[in-house]
Amino acid sequence: METTPLLRMEHIGKEYFGNRVLADVSFTLEKGQILGLVGENGAGKSTLMNILFGMPVIGQTGGFEGKVLLDGKEVVFADPLDALDAGIGYVHQEFSLIPGFSATENILLNRESTKYNFLVEVFGDRLETLDRPHMRERAEKAITTLGVDLDPEMIVTEMPVGHRQFTEIAREIDRENMKLLVLDEPTAVLAESEAQVLLQGMKKLAAQGISMIFISHRLQEIMDVCDKILVLRDGRVIQEAKTHETSVRQIAGWMVGRKMEEAAEARPADRIFGEPLLKVEHLWVDMPGETVRDVSFDVRQGEIFGIGGLAGQGKLGIGNGIMGLFPAGGKVFLGEAPIYLNDPRFSLSAGMAFVSEDRRGVGLLLEEPIEWNIVFTAMQTQDAYIRSLLGGLVKWRDDKAIAAASKEYIDALEIKCTSGRQRAVELSGGNQQKVCLAKAFAVKPKLLFVAEPTRGIDVGAKRLVLDTLRRTNREFGTTIVMTSSELEELRSICDRIAIVDEGRISGILPPTAPVEEFGLLMLGTTGNGNGENEADRMVYHNE
Amino acid sequence: MKAYTTKEKIQHLLISNAVPIIFILMSAIAIPLSGFSPTYLVQEMLIRLARNSFLVLSLIIPILAGMGLNFGMVLGAMAGQVGLILVSDWAVVGIRGLLLAAMIATPIAIALGYVCGAVLNRAKGREMVTSYILGFFVNGLYQLAVLYAFGKVIPISNSELVLSRGFGIRNAINLAGMRHALDYLVPLKIGNLNVPVGTYLTIGLFCLFIVWFRRTKLGQDMRAIGQDMHVAGAAGIPVEKTRIIAIIISTVLACYGQIIFLQNIGTLNTYNSHDQAGMFAIAALLIGGATVSKATIPNVFLGVILFHMMFVVSPMAGKQLMGQAQIGEYFRVFISYGIIAISLALHAWKRQKDRERARRSLRGEA
Repeated sequence: METTPLLRMEHIGKEYFGNRVLADVSFTLEKGQILGLVGENGAGKSTLMNILFGMPVIGQTGGFEGKVLLDGKEVVFADPLDALDAGIGYVHQEFSLIPGFSATENILLNRESTKYNFLVEVFGDRLETLDRPHMRERAEKAITTLGVDLDPEMIVTEMPVGHRQFTEIAREIDRENMKLLVLDEPTAVLAESEAQVLLQGMKKLAAQGISMIFISHRLQEIMDVCDKILVLRDGRVIQEAKTHETSVRQIAGWMVGRKMEEAAEARPADRIFGEPLLKVEHLWVDMPGETVRDVSFDVRQGEIFGIGGLAGQGKLGIGNGIMGLFPAGGKVFLGEAPIYLNDPRFSLSAGMAFVSEDRRGVGLLLEEPIEWNIVFTAMQTQDAYIRSLLGGLVKWRDDKAIAAASKEYIDALEIKCTSGRQRAVELSGGNQQKVCLAKAFAVKPKLLFVAEPTRGIDVGAKRLVLDTLRRTNREFGTTIVMTSSELEELRSICDRIAIVDEGRISGILPPTAPVEEFGLLMLGTTGNGNGENEADRMVYHNE
Repeated sequence: MKAYTTKEKIQHLLISNAVPIIFILMSAIAIPLSGFSPTYLVQEMLIRLARNSFLVLSLIIPILAGMGLNFGMVLGAMAGQVGLILVSDWAVVGIRGLLLAAMIATPIAIALGYVCGAVLNRAKGREMVTSYILGFFVNGLYQLAVLYAFGKVIPISNSELVLSRGFGIRNAINLAGMRHALDYLVPLKIGNLNVPVGTYLTIGLFCLFIVWFRRTKLGQDMRAIGQDMHVAGAAGIPVEKTRIIAIIISTVLACYGQIIFLQNIGTLNTYNSHDQAGMFAIAALLIGGATVSKATIPNVFLGVILFHMMFVVSPMAGKQLMGQAQIGEYFRVFISYGIIAISLALHAWKRQKDRERARRSLRGEA
């Protein structure tokens, strides 16, 4: 007895500018089933969903390979509104609610119940008046279907985060022909108890015949509600499995497991480090999209300390916060001296340097020559490359010293350019990154923060950047804190690796630890101390 | 959610109504100093409410749609003046003259409103400064029309309107035929006070329109766009079209507002009347306690009364206090325009604070 599945995606593939992000992805979803979609950042989850929704970005970059079948019929959506009409709803990771509207108004946004009046004949349908009692009825119906406790008249800005998420979902439920709901990390912002309510609601919806695709990095939730899971890695389906036939540990392994060539590199086993150089206690950083809640760690003199974790969990916030680029609090010591946060100049003067992940925004003066870029921070904070006249009354740029110093760095880092006078904007990504490194080296820092040093540069340049970091560490004894999304990269160069999850360090491992261990830490599913963490989170959300 | 103490509540109330409170205090000091009789002041306020309220009300709908204070309302004012000039030439008088002027001006206002809306759609987030400068640009076109086209291209037969050289409109036009045509359409006198009932009825209708409009689908869409353009757009609301509609409505209403304003005054300053219409209306609205993002009907009336009260009493108060009327006048101008600047700065500051408060939960203690 063969029934037509609600959704079938066949041999989906996608390239962005010659860069393959999805290859031969196929799966089916039955009516009333919940599919858990898991994978690291960049595994292709978002691209897959963009294809399903007909996001304009897909069409603009040359379309995709393969077929999407809804109820057995091939569908091609020109834009997300078409997908909505066909009964596919999307609950975003970020809230898309009107802040000053009530739950009801948001649930029925642009689908309000209206009443006729004679002016409609002259000026069109939009002059119909709203039928508030009927709107409230519909909103209440959607809220009841979801099975949550939500006041339909409450204004969004006054709602706790959980209720905002419920409002978002209720909005999709109100659509009459809703068949398939995609939930992209809906529990990421919720407290444990709220997440439980949401998961219950999802089960209820499934029982009513609505299918769902559930994207989450909290694997336990996937195990709790999903009928089956699909694991993506590097754009391919690694595993499709029934939930009850697998385990969290197994899924974590599938997600992050890949051949570990670089990690196997020769590494002097017994590196000796000095006293702790950097001490961080209860650091919080308000960096949008990378919030750090409460982080404590030590880095020893001469060490290369890695910080990993999934995107958006806060790993990038740590370096940015300590360097004073985003509002931060907590205690940070460099050696014995306390670091005053929220003051980039102080952090720089104290002997720290930062290679930002935002190369073109924070890292470089794009319109200025390479020379100026390299010496800029040193010139501004240490008065290096400056000649003083009249006892410091007039300060003069020392162009000769600048040219000589930058030539040295250009040669040492093999920056490919016509000359030191070339503008930074004209360089390739890899060479721009080398300029950023040179700029940090020119400060001669005791401690160097490097964020995403190999993002967006080609393989050859990657190796060079990593080698440069390693050499700086070995030859000059510079202590390095390196943040990266690429686990192998961290494992290839770092002495210890901290994994950040939901704004907290979930564990610190040696680079030789098995890859599943890292995976479990990233997914926040460690056995030990988890309960305590959850308790923390609850307190925090109730504030 | 944390409960607020009484003290915090009062503080919040004082801070959020700081502007009207300052003006009420200033009036309280200036009124006795000026030595005007209460009857005189009430009569003045009755007239000035009728004169200005419609213009100020025309600002509300763009604020609803999140486009800020519509400095572009002077476009509507100019359209209204073109209508009045033509009607004066044709010697249509009384209420019929006003209606005819409005009929002529409406299509011009719609066209200008459309252009203004289309330009503002290309300058999202910078609507106020863009519409302000657009006002100057269209002022140039208006001057070209009244200085050259009237009499050359559009025949003007009444020699009282035309400059002696044969084309171009004179600096001042007497609207005697239409003066108070709407104000005293329904005559009413209470004691010694003349009440401009006709205009009040019109303004009342306009208020009802705004209340009703907020409850329409279009009004709801504008509120949504005003709060978050991207979310509204993602929900399928036609953002750009709706914004253009908001500006067209405002421009057309400003055009009627200017006609009502001028029939009350009785003379049309061809080259200046529209200039101040926008600035005065905006100052009045802000003084009434409105902000760039929120304006209500009570704000309008309170603002008009306070603004014009200062207008009337401050020269006299200055004369009594300093022996010179100019000093009082100087203070009034100084304070009125200062208020616009402060309101805009306060709004930016408050938005910054709100953003910080929204992120507060993401920050640790310390």
